[in-house]
Amino acid sequence: MDVYPRILSRIWGVPGSHTLAVAEQHGAYNAARKALAMSPAEVTDVVLKSGLRGRGGAGFPTGRKWTFVPPPEKRGGKPVYLLCNADESEPGTFKDRFCMWNDPHQLIEGMIIASHALGVRRAYIYLRGEFEYVQRRLDEALAEAYAKGYLGENIFGSGFSFDLYTHLGAGAYICGEETALISSIEGYKGQPRLKPPFPAVKGVWESPTIVNNVETLAAVPWIIENGWEAYKAIGTEQSPGTKLFSCSGHIMKPGVYEIPLGTPMMDLLNKWCGGLRPGRTLKAIIPGGSSVPVMTPAEVAQANMDYESINKVAGSYLGSGGFIVMDDSTDMVDALTNLLRFYAHESCGQCTPCREGSAWMYNILCRLRDGLATEDDLVALRDLADNIHSRTICFFGASAAMPVQSFVTKFRDEFVARVESARAGLPAGLAVAK
Amino acid sequence: MSHDQKSIHLRDMHGLTVRGPVEWTEEEKAEIAAIVAKYPTQRSAIMPVLWKAQRKWGWLQFEVLKLVAATLSLKPSEVMEVATFYTMFKKEPTGKYLIQACHTLSCALLGADRVIRHIETKLQLDEHGNSPDGKFTLMRVECLAACGSGPMMQINDDFYELLTEQKVDEILDAMAADRPLPVPRPEVDQWTYTPVS
Repeated sequence: MDVYPRILSRIWGVPGSHTLAVAEQHGAYNAARKALAMSPAEVTDVVLKSGLRGRGGAGFPTGRKWTFVPPPEKRGGKPVYLLCNADESEPGTFKDRFCMWNDPHQLIEGMIIASHALGVRRAYIYLRGEFEYVQRRLDEALAEAYAKGYLGENIFGSGFSFDLYTHLGAGAYICGEETALISSIEGYKGQPRLKPPFPAVKGVWESPTIVNNVETLAAVPWIIENGWEAYKAIGTEQSPGTKLFSCSGHIMKPGVYEIPLGTPMMDLLNKWCGGLRPGRTLKAIIPGGSSVPVMTPAEVAQANMDYESINKVAGSYLGSGGFIVMDDSTDMVDALTNLLRFYAHESCGQCTPCREGSAWMYNILCRLRDGLATEDDLVALRDLADNIHSRTICFFGASAAMPVQSFVTKFRDEFVARVESARAGLPAGLAVAK
Repeated sequence: MSHDQKSIHLRDMHGLTVRGPVEWTEEEKAEIAAIVAKYPTQRSAIMPVLWKAQRKWGWLQFEVLKLVAATLSLKPSEVMEVATFYTMFKKEPTGKYLIQACHTLSCALLGADRVIRHIETKLQLDEHGNSPDGKFTLMRVECLAACGSGPMMQINDDFYELLTEQKVDEILDAMAADRPLPVPRPEVDQWTYTPVS
């Protein structure tokens, strides 16, 4: 394997890596000191030039997002807020939990730097409700940072004052969508809002707001300390840097791996994940969390782990980096039914195509799974997916539609076989049983 | 989700009430004031205060929701709509140990259904997921972000990962006897990292 710097997982595995003392031995808060001596515009410029892209799933350039905040004279006296999206709920994704658990000070430092760049006085980390134990650890880290004067008034004597709080959700996947997260922290149901206005202009409490993922903010200190050139030198031209991949499913060594973007997908599978279980062959990989289109072995063989390659080769997305591997023991009808149960359960209920459509697709899939579906059901399933996609306020509708569209197209034989076995009166699943 | 919540909502409206007074202590009032001070609006404190109420009373009876509303100068309906939207706010009582077992794809690929059925059999759960002594409640839930160490379950606030039937037995036997278990941590030992430069 090539040698490259570890950026996000730098001190993971070091005993006590979550404590301020150990983190500082490894250079924590040096970048914050450096950034606070720079002007906000200079900090934003470094992040912009580094090419860092949002790690929550959309891959939008972080520096550019930051420049969307209106200048002070156009804010109508409103403060700017920074929200860290730690609602990590995309099935197959568990990297942010490891970031916060193993190195909470890296995230805090990234938020200090980002807040200096954006002119933020108060920021919040929005954690999914199930991460209560992670919140406890973050709160301990925050208390340590406050005690040392790294948070609060006049940080490092720079004149910059900044407060950081944690906020706990309560079990709603949709709150990972940035406008839903904003609704939620305001004390409403976590339902997405129409854009525009974009949060950078009018977000939480009607103020300019930047929402960044945990992994995105955690990468910022390294970029400031080592310079944008060093970051840009890793990965590919369009997808610079390293990324954390949450690897799960039928692999020998599941885990969170930090690799340079552009690494061949087969290398991630075989070198880092330890390959498949003995005697098994690959059936499919979902490369970026459950919402992105599934990939076939032929596509996997050609693709690299970066935003462009996955899209070009398989029409799929890097997403959040939730890498779910399925071997030949997997029944694709069962797998898709499992995913659609998730989407039917998590639809926030605001837009009709998504609310009704996700449950309808799940019902059809249950019939298919149970050997009760006809060919018309397959047509209806595809039709529903096509009509949900792009017809909702937020991207959730598309997220529910894309797995259906890709599974039914790329693994059509298995779906047709279920219909045929149903027509022949055979028990469900017989036609595809291995 | 909605069906259960509706029936419970109705049950509350028809007078199932809490034992003891539904009110904050002076100390809790001060803590709530500190929570409210973190946000520019009082309404933003709904979720943290609901969490606080749920920890105190175990679940969110209608009387409790009314207290939260009064605490934050909101209408009960405004608190109710938030409490019913989020699945972790309990609209009905659960056992002392609430088991939330993940059944989403990554855990399912690794045998979550087998583990969950084992829990159901072992604890003799009824159709509502409650054990006969009322000590345990099981819910099948969607992805809890521990996909690499599935099958997994959350019991009350903590994650238990890399489950096998045997491991489930050890955990649940200890809880059945109210024997304290070491606080579980993310199963970091099995994670290997990228080579250092």
